[in-house]
Amino acid sequence: MNTVENIKEQLNRLYSDKKESGLHAIRQNAFLQFDKLGIPGVRHEEWKYTRINALFNKEFRFPYTESNLLRNDWQSLRLPGADDAHELVFVNGIFSPELSVLRRPGDLVLLPLEEAANSEQYAKTIAANLGHSSRYAKDGINALNTAWMYGGLFVHVQEKHQTAHPVYIYHITDTRKGNVLSQPRSLVHLGRASGLKVVETFLTIGSQESFTNQVIELIVEEDAQLEYYKIQNDGLHASQVSTTHVRQTGKSFAHTVTISLNGNLVRNNLNIVMEAPHCESHLYGLYLLKGHSHIDNHTLVDNVQPHCFSNELYKGVLDEHATGVFNGKIFVRQDAQKTNAYQSNKNILLSDTATVNTKPQLEIFADDVKCSHGCTIGSIDTEAMFYLKSRGITEKNARSLLMHAFAEDVLENIKLPFIRSYVDQLISERLEFDLL
Amino acid sequence: MNDGLTTIEKTVLRDYKYGFVTNIEADEAPRGLNEDIIRFISAKKGEPEWMLEWRLKAYRHWLKMEEPKWANIHYDPIDYQDIIYYSAPKQKKAPKSLDEIDPELRRTFEKLGISLEEQKRLTGVAVDAVIDSVSIATTFKDQLAELGIIFCSMSEAIREHPELVKKYLGSVVPVTDNYFSALNSAVFSDGSFCYIPEGVRCPMELSTYFRINAENTGQFERTLIVAEKGSYVSYLEGCTAPMRDENQLHAAVVELVALDHAEIKYSTVQNWYPGDKDGVGGIYNFVTKRGICLGEHSKISWTQVETGSAITWKYPSVILKGDHSVGEFYSVAVTNNRQQADTGTKMMHIGKNTRSRIVSKGISAGYSNNSYRGLVQVNKNATNARNFSQCDSLLLGDKCGAHTFPYIEVRNKSAIVEHEATTSKIGEEQLFYCNQRGIDTETAVALIINGFAKEVMNQLPMEFAVEAQKLLAISLEGSVG
Repeated sequence: MNTVENIKEQLNRLYSDKKESGLHAIRQNAFLQFDKLGIPGVRHEEWKYTRINALFNKEFRFPYTESNLLRNDWQSLRLPGADDAHELVFVNGIFSPELSVLRRPGDLVLLPLEEAANSEQYAKTIAANLGHSSRYAKDGINALNTAWMYGGLFVHVQEKHQTAHPVYIYHITDTRKGNVLSQPRSLVHLGRASGLKVVETFLTIGSQESFTNQVIELIVEEDAQLEYYKIQNDGLHASQVSTTHVRQTGKSFAHTVTISLNGNLVRNNLNIVMEAPHCESHLYGLYLLKGHSHIDNHTLVDNVQPHCFSNELYKGVLDEHATGVFNGKIFVRQDAQKTNAYQSNKNILLSDTATVNTKPQLEIFADDVKCSHGCTIGSIDTEAMFYLKSRGITEKNARSLLMHAFAEDVLENIKLPFIRSYVDQLISERLEFDLL
Repeated sequence: MNDGLTTIEKTVLRDYKYGFVTNIEADEAPRGLNEDIIRFISAKKGEPEWMLEWRLKAYRHWLKMEEPKWANIHYDPIDYQDIIYYSAPKQKKAPKSLDEIDPELRRTFEKLGISLEEQKRLTGVAVDAVIDSVSIATTFKDQLAELGIIFCSMSEAIREHPELVKKYLGSVVPVTDNYFSALNSAVFSDGSFCYIPEGVRCPMELSTYFRINAENTGQFERTLIVAEKGSYVSYLEGCTAPMRDENQLHAAVVELVALDHAEIKYSTVQNWYPGDKDGVGGIYNFVTKRGICLGEHSKISWTQVETGSAITWKYPSVILKGDHSVGEFYSVAVTNNRQQADTGTKMMHIGKNTRSRIVSKGISAGYSNNSYRGLVQVNKNATNARNFSQCDSLLLGDKCGAHTFPYIEVRNKSAIVEHEATTSKIGEEQLFYCNQRGIDTETAVALIINGFAKEVMNQLPMEFAVEAQKLLAISLEGSVG
């Protein structure tokens, strides 16, 4: 039985178990979508440069089976600054309350997604927002996550509450017993005038293959502020399709940074939907890959209402056989007058076997707007190299120095000091260079 | 802003200046498409067997293909069986001089402002005028022949120069390339053929005017230009079409081949009937244009001013195969009312030290949608490839759309590729500045648009520059948001 068939059978079993769940209808709907669309192939415009169907030719364990992961197993994998952060842990796509830690109870409301959907207090929020990302990702892979939606998490930040600690979300895949396909799902709700900082990361334990198909939806209400960081430094046997969907329902602020340093196949979908006037958002990304890694960053900024501002900068360095894909979309709807939207994608190719495919895309229906995009692909500036070398810096160090400078534009936007120094250190290791 | 439509509507209601029908008896094929029709066309043109086979091969492949759906355009399905694929103006014998040409036809040209006589005397342009499907007159042919330049209709080329046609026809756009080029290969009725021998610099701009004339006749033109080593040619193509209610399909194919050190400059002013203000009628312009820089240091440059057609689907491309070859694309696309344009270019860098430059200016007004779609591809062996792309959009009014879909694929580390795009409207300050100096808003808008498009207009040969500027003004005058 192939993986897709297997998935369908498992889903059927899941539905027969839990008919009464508040998520049943949305799951059922998504299943029909998945059944119709299947896994997207290269003929799907949004998947033109990224082939994920090959991943589905492998046998994957579907994570019904619980993992017996212990805190000690991943102690060494915790991110710096974790002792001062709320740690939310998903294992094989299922939220694990045992492994998760809240530094200060009451700072956040945490509920299993299913429970929240059935609760009086949050049912409305869930109904209005859960699955909003499906309107933007019309493909089978997003539908698959929604169809599964098992062991998901609901996070709520109270109105006018600034969280005292950042939230670290770990997606751990335990492949010690075989290949695992995991599908974490979460919905984060920032109440009016609240503030939240989120760091998401992906870890694979064991030497088998992992495939994570993750969706996180973040709802940002009026006057709320969101800082979101995604750090991807998983092993070469780990693949991800990771969707981050930010919905700004009131005038609000969103700041996102996506850092991708390692992995087999990584696909990031970042959607920013600005549904209210005067929203502001920033999208930063850095990808630094070698080997046979494949990174695909799809970003979408949807300007629905007027007077919104967005700024996007994605930078990449690709070496050896790595492939980088960038697809940045900016939609400006007819009502979204006075939109300012900027986008820039810059790439450096270090080898003739590396590839960059980039597609910055503008779709504009309003006339009073200022939108621009630019992208460049090139190699290291030979004059800058010469300048450094003529001052006695070795070729290798000069190269690393220039790469560091190139990355700095993105790195300086990481506002959490622990995460900033952690990423700096990873990049120095990657560039085999010690500035000190 | 909504009730400010009036000024736009004024423009919209302006009659299509070139809408008139010439009454010439046409020699037509029955409606529909099948192998017999293709045999009919081929026989009608007295083509050799190999040409018929070539057409049939294209037709059989076309049957297996699906109409492309990816472009950002919307139209009702085309009934390919409801089209007349061949229509030739009736002529008693081949004309030797301009005087022998049907006076009715010549009046048509005069209305279009391209009197053959005048052109012959004053402008020094050799015109291969095409009405519907058959070449009517070819002037300056003798003068060109002295230099060894062949400039004739495609059907004549098939008869007189089969070895050249066999060698190059379909070599740049294979019959199987895409849906519309396959259709064209099967049913093309005529077109222009141009061959510049080694080392010859063509002394005049070569020009062809296409014109759709008989009702319900799809125009399937085929153009092939071959520039031998060290030669140079500048080719002009211009179009105007009469007013019609039914949509007309235009699926042309243009192929350019440039050998070592050769240069081809291809300029187009396209002003097909765009349909009325509700989007009824108008030409469907589904064109495949592609050039190949086969030799070292060769250069192909496309310049286009697109103001007409209900729908434009067109990507003049350059395959940069020879080392040090250069590809250029300059475009101004204007859409108004319900017009839709999905146009752009492809630059495929294969040879070393190849360079390409793309400058695209889109102007949308009314309810129109204007898309730029481009591909820049740098292959693994294209060391030191260089590309610069710029695509700017200008929006006039809040009901139109501007879209940019640039695809950039790079597989070589020494390549430098840059792309930039902006979208904006005409600045209030700019208008205010002009108004303050006594320039009324309409003139100011025309001024600003001309400035916006100048980079491209500068690339046009003199003969076209005037017409193109007029066209811009006609298409957009009054569209002040």
